[in-house]
Amino acid sequence: MMPEVHQNPLTNRESEAPMLPEAWRVVANDWENHDTFTLQLERDSGGPFAFLPGQFNMLYGFGRGESAISISGADEESGTLYHTIRRVGTVTRALSELNPGDTVGLRGPFGSAWPVERLFGRDLVFIAGGIGLAPLRPAIRYALAHRERYGNIVILIGARSPEDVVFPAEIDQWSGTEGVETRVSVDRATPDWKRNVGVVTNLIAKADFDPSNSAAMICGPEIMMRYAILELNKRGMDDAGIFLTMERNMKCAVGFCGHCQLGPEFICRDGPVFRYDHFKHWFSQREL
Amino acid sequence: MREEPQILQRADFGALFTALQSRGFTVVGPTVVDQAIVYEELDSVEDLPIGWTDEQDAGRYRLRRRDDEALFGYVVGPQSWKQFFHPPHVKLFGASRDREGALRFESSNEETPRFAFLGARSCELHGMAIQDRVFLGSGYVDSEYAGRRENSFTIAVNCGQAGGTCFCTSMNTGPKVDAGIPHDLALTEILDEERHYFVVTVGSEAGRELLSELPTVPAAGPETRAADELVAKTAREMGRTMNPKGVKELLYQNLEHPRWEELADRCLTCANCTMVCPTCFCTTVEDVTDLTGENAERWRRWDSCFTIDFSYLHGGSVRQSAKSRYRQWLTHKFATWQDQFGSSGCVGCGRCITWCPVGIDVTEEIAAIREEP
Repeated sequence: MMPEVHQNPLTNRESEAPMLPEAWRVVANDWENHDTFTLQLERDSGGPFAFLPGQFNMLYGFGRGESAISISGADEESGTLYHTIRRVGTVTRALSELNPGDTVGLRGPFGSAWPVERLFGRDLVFIAGGIGLAPLRPAIRYALAHRERYGNIVILIGARSPEDVVFPAEIDQWSGTEGVETRVSVDRATPDWKRNVGVVTNLIAKADFDPSNSAAMICGPEIMMRYAILELNKRGMDDAGIFLTMERNMKCAVGFCGHCQLGPEFICRDGPVFRYDHFKHWFSQREL
Repeated sequence: MREEPQILQRADFGALFTALQSRGFTVVGPTVVDQAIVYEELDSVEDLPIGWTDEQDAGRYRLRRRDDEALFGYVVGPQSWKQFFHPPHVKLFGASRDREGALRFESSNEETPRFAFLGARSCELHGMAIQDRVFLGSGYVDSEYAGRRENSFTIAVNCGQAGGTCFCTSMNTGPKVDAGIPHDLALTEILDEERHYFVVTVGSEAGRELLSELPTVPAAGPETRAADELVAKTAREMGRTMNPKGVKELLYQNLEHPRWEELADRCLTCANCTMVCPTCFCTTVEDVTDLTGENAERWRRWDSCFTIDFSYLHGGSVRQSAKSRYRQWLTHKFATWQDQFGSSGCVGCGRCITWCPVGIDVTEEIAAIREEP
């Protein structure tokens, strides 16, 4: 039996003010590439912050607004949280301009999570497109930290160009880990690019995993996820073994504002991580 | 909460206002403004739409004089009570930034008003119960909504007539105020040749307490029978009907029905239907800063799935076409709502039909899809 996604264990808390942010201090703000940066944040009040891989926070840029940003990692010792963000709009631009010592507002964590620790004994296939690697990274790190409990681990990463690849140093580290197959493919290569060229979904056919005993976790543009599912199905992987994460406009993250609905699902509350067989009916409908 | 129904004479109706006001409630109820019956703060019984009725049809609403002096002789107007629980504009928090760039957040600490709602209809009580499931019953709690709901007192009215766009009997939400739907008191207004009185039933402990202060006498058999017959007559007079059977599956299977295109040719995507709907709850947020740039506020205001911006995601909106936006609204209201909150999102009040500027009728649209699935 394939496990279900993790529902947010905090969803049922009776938060006094779920719309009120908490102050978090910027420890570092580093560019990953030309349009993507990683904010390291520390809780002003101290105190633990529990989250599951795949969950997201609402980050508030002073006077500009909030954005839903997945948690791309955490440093357990210091309690530092990582958010890797692509600069695409007003709020993310404001966040990109923050300096160490500045404060942001943070609410979270929200949403469902990758069921990594329910997948022991299986091969894992991670498929990321562009910034889609950010919400997958905590799951990948978890899997690598518990390497002996899984079968093969396959990490397939796609980006538009070599300079769009996020976490290149960490990807190199993964590539050097035994029993971990890491492949990176770019749509447009530069002369010094030595890895694959083409869409990331091309890598699925040859990846080393057992479709009858594996689970895939996908995050990227919807069109890429659609083709990834097709390729996984072609390899014989069942829809129930495929997990994906969705993105929609979000204003509240707690199921009140209605913006993130996709069919019967509130992406903020029922997602963003879905098991594909449960979500299939809604996934390929245009303009839903 | 079973109790003998009581009779309150029309001449004593002012005592109800006095009792509510003495308990610190602001009485809110129907009144005539700009040729429509709206819900506003009332000072006395004289503010009610005495002797008025309404005529409603798709895209049409008119007030008419009645030939009697009924207090509740009309159906529902453009507003629902949601504006009092789920206000159109609410401050979520204030943020200030000090010289070191540190932010401080403060929630809005406005005092929660105490409203007594006079004249809520059965469909409207069902609308409140539906919004309760959205804001109180699905994980997180909206404290603004919770406080306002908690503080309120509701006096329901059984409908003595049905409007041209009413279909509560189809949705099983009226016209009679059932004991199971939260309210404090329920009134049935009876006007016969000689008398004008209200049959009052109790819906809660708070209602019982308030009623004990009113100059009432126990109702006799003929009086409760007159009240029952009146509501039964209303149930037979519905201006519209809808077959809700299997509507969820019907809409789930017809996301690409040609009717959506045809509908989009008529729909102006004006959002009127979502504003008048007693259950539509969607909101957006607005961020403002003052002139110093050191103080910011975040506000929430009503939004509508009919706007292009509603589904905006970096790069463009998910629902570009009018077709997709109408489909989202109707499918949410009648189908996906059931999966989300365990009931339909429609209470059959007919407001979306009456207040649609081009007269789109949801009962007709669903019937059309049902006819040729």
